[in-house]
Amino acid sequence: MQADFLEEARRQAQICNACRYCEGYCSVFPALHAHRAFSDGDMTQLANLCHNCRGCYHACQYTAPHEFAINLPQALANVRHESWEEYAFPSGAARAFQKNGMAIALAVVAGFALLLWAVRAIGSAGGEGFYAVMSHTLMVAIFAPAFLFPLASIGVSLRRYWRETAGGDLRWSDVVAACRAAASMRNLSGGHGDGCNFEDEDRFTHARRLAHQAVMVGFLLCFASTSSGTVLHYVFDRPAPYGLFSIPKLLGIPGGVLLVLGCVWLLDLKRKADPALGATGARGGEVAFTALLGFVGFTGLALYALGSTGAMPALLVVHLGAVLAFFLLTPFTKMAHGFYRLTALVSDAARVRRAGA
Amino acid sequence: MTEQYDIAVIGGGNAALCAAITAAETGARVIVLEAAPKAYRGGNSRHTRNFRCMHRGPLGPLTGSYEEDEYLDDLLKVTGGRTDTELAKLAIRTSEECLPWMQERGVRFQPPLSGTLSLARTNAFFLGGGKGLVNAYYRTAAGLGVDVRYDAPVTHLEVDDDRIAHLDYTHEGAAHRIAPKAVIVAAGGFQADTDWLARAWGPAARNFLIRGTPYNRGVVLADLLEQGVEQVGDPTQCHAVAIDGRAPKFDGGIVTRLDCVPFSIVVNKDAERFYDEGEDVWPKRYAIWGRLVAAQPDQIGYVVIDAKSLDLFMPSVFPPIKADTLEELATAMGLPPDRLRATVEEFNAACGDTSAFHPTELDGVTTTGLEPPKTNWARPISEPPFYGYTLRTGVTFTYLGLKIDDTAQCSIGNRPVGNLWAAGETMAGSILGQGYLAGFGMTIGTVFGRIAGREAAAHAS
Repeated sequence: MQADFLEEARRQAQICNACRYCEGYCSVFPALHAHRAFSDGDMTQLANLCHNCRGCYHACQYTAPHEFAINLPQALANVRHESWEEYAFPSGAARAFQKNGMAIALAVVAGFALLLWAVRAIGSAGGEGFYAVMSHTLMVAIFAPAFLFPLASIGVSLRRYWRETAGGDLRWSDVVAACRAAASMRNLSGGHGDGCNFEDEDRFTHARRLAHQAVMVGFLLCFASTSSGTVLHYVFDRPAPYGLFSIPKLLGIPGGVLLVLGCVWLLDLKRKADPALGATGARGGEVAFTALLGFVGFTGLALYALGSTGAMPALLVVHLGAVLAFFLLTPFTKMAHGFYRLTALVSDAARVRRAGA
Repeated sequence: MTEQYDIAVIGGGNAALCAAITAAETGARVIVLEAAPKAYRGGNSRHTRNFRCMHRGPLGPLTGSYEEDEYLDDLLKVTGGRTDTELAKLAIRTSEECLPWMQERGVRFQPPLSGTLSLARTNAFFLGGGKGLVNAYYRTAAGLGVDVRYDAPVTHLEVDDDRIAHLDYTHEGAAHRIAPKAVIVAAGGFQADTDWLARAWGPAARNFLIRGTPYNRGVVLADLLEQGVEQVGDPTQCHAVAIDGRAPKFDGGIVTRLDCVPFSIVVNKDAERFYDEGEDVWPKRYAIWGRLVAAQPDQIGYVVIDAKSLDLFMPSVFPPIKADTLEELATAMGLPPDRLRATVEEFNAACGDTSAFHPTELDGVTTTGLEPPKTNWARPISEPPFYGYTLRTGVTFTYLGLKIDDTAQCSIGNRPVGNLWAAGETMAGSILGQGYLAGFGMTIGTVFGRIAGREAAAHAS
């Protein structure tokens, strides 16, 4: 990890620890105040606990031009991004994609190309619907590894994270507490319930909290939709396509709509937000990733709407290519933050439990 | 003169904004003239964190009750009776209705911070501190159509026939003159003007650090006093505390406090002790130490602790100077090494049974036969590594200000200045003659800011 990012965050954390005015904003400060000195692992945990709500920055009496030049949201964002690159497996991939929007775009194009090649070269074994373009076996052959690889990769990363940040013993109640915090996005509520500062300096709003939850819920619904389709296919021998009132569609359509709207909203908020309070140089990668996620949702909806028209084969290639790139890039892009964030919340819930015990 | 304002508010901190908001809510056209740039707006309010509030039952974040008599007693204890009791009672009584007023205008409170639970009943803590409060008020003021000029220091108020005829300020390199119907001064004290401080205190004051804003230079205060506006408060008085000597000259704020004195010995630049470090718990002694350090050569003190005391106090913003021997520590701090060793050895020899040591209570663990004694927490400085901090005098605010009546109005002789009101630190000397009670500055600012805003608006309409 870059020593200068860690050192800068540590310098700022020591000032914050002597002030403590921000204690009520989020989980970072009670965790920070529990320390007297900050190890690299402590800083990494604090950085991943930070949701970049920016409340502390706007309330801070020591921001530049003050000589203490506190900018904790950015200092922690830099450590956070560095930690994702360091813990990623293989780590080179994170360095290539994390902050590089162009690399993400190229990966998506590569996904299209691969799918197009697969359709042309292997194609269908005479199935119906989507499977007339590309056989179910071929889809599984491509997507099963593309799904399992990221999961394994993230598993390796989170183990590293837990070890390096000295996560300690774990109970089921910690996981439940962390999931609650994530489900309500409590750390973007500002402590007072007015929301966070993001798109308009020190004004508190719920915009980012709601947009993020739209994306998260939308994504989870889409994921559940795909999973339910898999179950229907293999367990109940009911292959796609599914009707409007089937489980995959009832989950997938609202999920896709939420995902698309949430991504558009988040991109708009990000456009208005001050990049000086986020990780240095990370904007391109974050914008490209959010756009990709929204694109996956959008092409999925388009495929549903136009699935029986002549545009279907092209849309299928585009959608599956985007999904493929999204899956493979998950451990190496902003998508990874969700896994680290949840792990940091679990770790903090364990800390709070131990402190209270 | 391009715009006609009903009211000009001079200053941009808590009192100024309470006045501006109150006036604007009546429909008055208000301009706020803040000397600081936007990044430093808010004066000393930026550095505050709580509001001392009377309440007859649980109120917002406050537990239990804190009635007028108890509040007044607490105040009289710290001011040694140098208090205008009637104005103090007005501030105390009105504080109760202020808290919901503040919440309605965007101020958010939080449970008391770790380490300040003793104030849970008496003081309401701002979420994020005073800058959060200031931000909320600027948002509220903007919503009410208040015009705010940053980087707009007021240079002169023309007093003419018992009223303010016009005022001059500069903004973006140009001089401006406006003639509002009423003027509210809420521009703080003069502590950032080192020359003024040195005139009042003597040359020692040049070595003082200013804990708050560099923009409280007392320009408006001096201008009004020169024209005969009635003054109050002792010009030689300022509220000062002992803070980390490495703090910046201005705006160091809360993080420069140093809580380790009770567990230390404190020496001057000749490596000699000069006062009982263990006289009382630190919150009751830091103000006294501001004066003690000011009286030492070069206005500096040196705190020495050993390894066993390092974790007994709140971490401070600067790491201590650390050394394996007393001589190395002395050298690192610029003290005569043999003298420091002699002082520490003399102190250690005077320490007795330390088994009753208790860091958060007056434990009576005292020295014997030592002058000056250390009457609590007296443990030998013996366990390396040794740690050192420097101590300097940090000025919080000055007491000299504008004399006001119970409508926050200023006067010349016995006659009121028809269209001039004052609020906040600039008139706090009307209530506080000396001493300070945590969170009372924000109470004065809020209460008298609202009164000034109301009265000025009534005058202007």
